[in-house]
Amino acid sequence: MTTTTEQSKVNARMKNPLFLLWIIGILAIAAVPFAMPSLQLLVSFAMAKGLGVLGVTVLLRAGQVSFGHALYFGISAYAGAFLMASMPGTDFVIVMIAGTLGAVLAGLLVGLFVVRYRGIFFGMLNLAFSMIFWSILEKFYHYTGGADGIRLPRPTVLGNTLDHVQFELVLFYTAMVLMVALGWFTTRWFASPIGQLFQTIKTNETRLEYLGVSPRRALLSGYLLSAALCGVGGVMMGMAQGVVTPEYVWWVRSAEMVFIAVLGGAGSVQGAFLGALIYEFVRTYASVYAGDIWQMILGGFLLIIILFAPGGLIAILNSLFNRGSGKGGTGK
Amino acid sequence: MNLAIFLLALFDGVAYAALVFIVALGLTLIFGVMRILNVAHGSLYAIGAYASVSLTGYALSLGFAPVLAFPLMIVSAVLVGILIGAPLEKFLLRRIYDKSEVLQLLMTFAVFMILEDVQRLVWGTRPYFDSSALQVLGNVTVFGVTYTAYQMILLPLIAVALLLGMRFFLRHTVTGKLITATTEDREAAQSIGVDADKVFLFTFVIGAILAGLGGALASPTTSILPGMGADMIVLSFAVVATAGLGQIEGAALTALMIGLGRSFAVYLYPEISVLVPYLIMVLVLLVRPEGLFGTPGARKI
Repeated sequence: MTTTTEQSKVNARMKNPLFLLWIIGILAIAAVPFAMPSLQLLVSFAMAKGLGVLGVTVLLRAGQVSFGHALYFGISAYAGAFLMASMPGTDFVIVMIAGTLGAVLAGLLVGLFVVRYRGIFFGMLNLAFSMIFWSILEKFYHYTGGADGIRLPRPTVLGNTLDHVQFELVLFYTAMVLMVALGWFTTRWFASPIGQLFQTIKTNETRLEYLGVSPRRALLSGYLLSAALCGVGGVMMGMAQGVVTPEYVWWVRSAEMVFIAVLGGAGSVQGAFLGALIYEFVRTYASVYAGDIWQMILGGFLLIIILFAPGGLIAILNSLFNRGSGKGGTGK
Repeated sequence: MNLAIFLLALFDGVAYAALVFIVALGLTLIFGVMRILNVAHGSLYAIGAYASVSLTGYALSLGFAPVLAFPLMIVSAVLVGILIGAPLEKFLLRRIYDKSEVLQLLMTFAVFMILEDVQRLVWGTRPYFDSSALQVLGNVTVFGVTYTAYQMILLPLIAVALLLGMRFFLRHTVTGKLITATTEDREAAQSIGVDADKVFLFTFVIGAILAGLGGALASPTTSILPGMGADMIVLSFAVVATAGLGQIEGAALTALMIGLGRSFAVYLYPEISVLVPYLIMVLVLLVRPEGLFGTPGARKI
């Protein structure tokens, strides 16, 4: 729990071949718009979704699973869209901030309520809130556009009006920078005192209370972080797609986020993004052939991971590298 | 609001509450005994509805009397329990009883996702509708309001019978007492020779049959669509959570509360009718975090 052990952990990570692999991975992503422009949008979507998955991952660190985090993904996208509708010509940065703030505000309102619960109640209450918001979006179509959603027009970027090629490039690199920055921030947050208290909710909550710490407040801090991360991802996704629909909040989206978090490695920051990338690729190519049974495939995979590889992709990667360390990276 | 509308809302609410209660009863029974929240319960409900409509449609096409719809509902519920519920418990859930609550929840969620697509593959996305059971029983007129006898009399009767039957079963039969004993303390029950595996399997199948029965009974009153399972699991969770997880009598009362709240909202404020069950749940849980009838559990240090 002290910073010195954390520091030595960081040093150890530097020597880990896996750390090198992450650097290579990020450089590879940075090259995508030039090397493989056709994949650019796909990777943008994956990184935006990865930020949302990171939000779910944060909660998994406290042993809590939320089946309704698409709520924050959707709220921030709608906040961005409403802002653009009421004030056309708003800047990209303002839209990002507004979307994230919207998600944080919603996270505070819902969070104050759900942090009283753990486990089943926590998961299902989150689901209930996301379904409430979903039906509001569908029913009040005068304001929300109903099932068709509303457009999120392309904002200016720092005062410049960009065409869609330039704008997509801006989005791509913003998503990449945010992925690295927020990923790093989340890792550091886990190591911080409040992050450590937050993770103690998983191991022994009663001890927290003996320390004089309010577990609810600790959980709320993590909940707000997770809502903010989902918010950043959601508003990016909204701008990348140019339209927001109630589908953003649909429970299948929440389930998808939980699925990716568990696939990547429950509780792993890198796993969230690795999982999101792989997931988006497989979904784009496989859903053409297996659109009808897509949920079934996801569910089947989830079962296999739970039963046979509870550590997810990250645990598999780790065990590969620990066994074969010294042989050097084998690429991913 | 005049008397006719009041009565209509009342009958709607009671009929709806009866259906929700039957599904919630299965959910809360499984939770009470196995401490698992079965998210796939919603799918079992939907499959029960689909199976009942298909079987009834087939029987009618062979020229049988529409009255056959009633036994076929029970047949489809039992089929759901035995063909889906039993393998689910035996091959999947049994492997994770010692795992964390989150993993258990994830697993039933995975099963739910799989079953949602199974429904789509078997029955397609076309809505199904078959009201032959409704027509067999005809209508009743009360204070000038005409309502189907199926919804006004049969559904509430079945719900009450199930509630009383479950109470009697758990308290006054040997099997029921074994289930209660296992719920109370699994290890102690096993040490005096109770086969806990068998008790769990039996409970889960009964719970699954109740979900299927809820769906089968709902099938004449509504069109059967993909997605009905997701709605039902969230709604029945709302009922069960409001009552307190594992509380059977409480579930009956909250089902009635939520059913009536929803149906009165349909006539008074149609826009918010979908939200009413959740509003009730949130309000109750704000005041009583363990639910209306739940008791705070002892905490381990």
